[in-house]
Amino acid sequence: MSADTKTIKSGPGAAAMISAGIGSLFLGLMTTGAVISVDLKNALSLYAPAGPLSGKTTVAFAAWLLSWVILGTIWKDKDFNFSRAFTITLILVGIGFLLTFPPIFEAFE
Amino acid sequence: MALTAKEIWAVFHGMILGGGFLLSFSAGLAGLYSLRQGWLSVDGIKERVQRMKWYTSIMAVISFLTVFSGTYLVYPWYRATAPEGADLALYPRNFLLADPNLAGWHTFGMEWKEHVAWLSPILAFAVAYLVVKYGTELSKNQSLRRITIALLILAFAAAAVAGLLGALITKAAPII
Repeated sequence: MSADTKTIKSGPGAAAMISAGIGSLFLGLMTTGAVISVDLKNALSLYAPAGPLSGKTTVAFAAWLLSWVILGTIWKDKDFNFSRAFTITLILVGIGFLLTFPPIFEAFE
Repeated sequence: MALTAKEIWAVFHGMILGGGFLLSFSAGLAGLYSLRQGWLSVDGIKERVQRMKWYTSIMAVISFLTVFSGTYLVYPWYRATAPEGADLALYPRNFLLADPNLAGWHTFGMEWKEHVAWLSPILAFAVAYLVVKYGTELSKNQSLRRITIALLILAFAAAAVAGLLGALITKAAPII
């Protein structure tokens, strides 16, 4: 197989997509979680001037990057259906999006 | 006519970085849309992909800088608690919450903006990675190209919601 016709494994791309979904999901979970639990809200105030937002976004970024490293390593040489990966990503991003929407997370107050 | 230091940072966050994000998104979307084997020569695809790598990477970095500067520079000024007897015009969050007609700009507008904005860099970095990793493969794999476009649009949509709300909130209660 020549370099021109060689197909790159889809696993790393799927890992990039799904980890973005996981990061989005964690952002939503932390946003709603901080409404449900005062202890979590206080714990997320990593930088006082920015309040809990600093912790919510730090946790989301950590979850995103960590899951990217883990999935990227596991799927480095594997193939993963891009459409399936995208569907999973959309579901995760969709849940994360909903949990950052004020009428949704304020319903847990 | 003068801008305070806080206003300069707010302009940097919202307009300089926001403008750069918009430009790089437009370039990335146009490039990805036309990245098809039948539309471009082999050399054309290679040249287009090289530019796409730059556009999408710059968009991801700008997106991150925008939310980072917003959260750690501008937002603390917005949410600072007003001391008793202080002029609320200097404390946007307190100013909005003190007026029932304006409170929604905080309870809905800022509460949504501050969170949803962070979806943008996460998705933008995934797009940049796909373009850098798969390069010319995107012109052959139409499913992957369409998925990349969809993620790019989602990254933009999250930023657009945040940007629009930011502009409207600033109009109601500017950081001065």
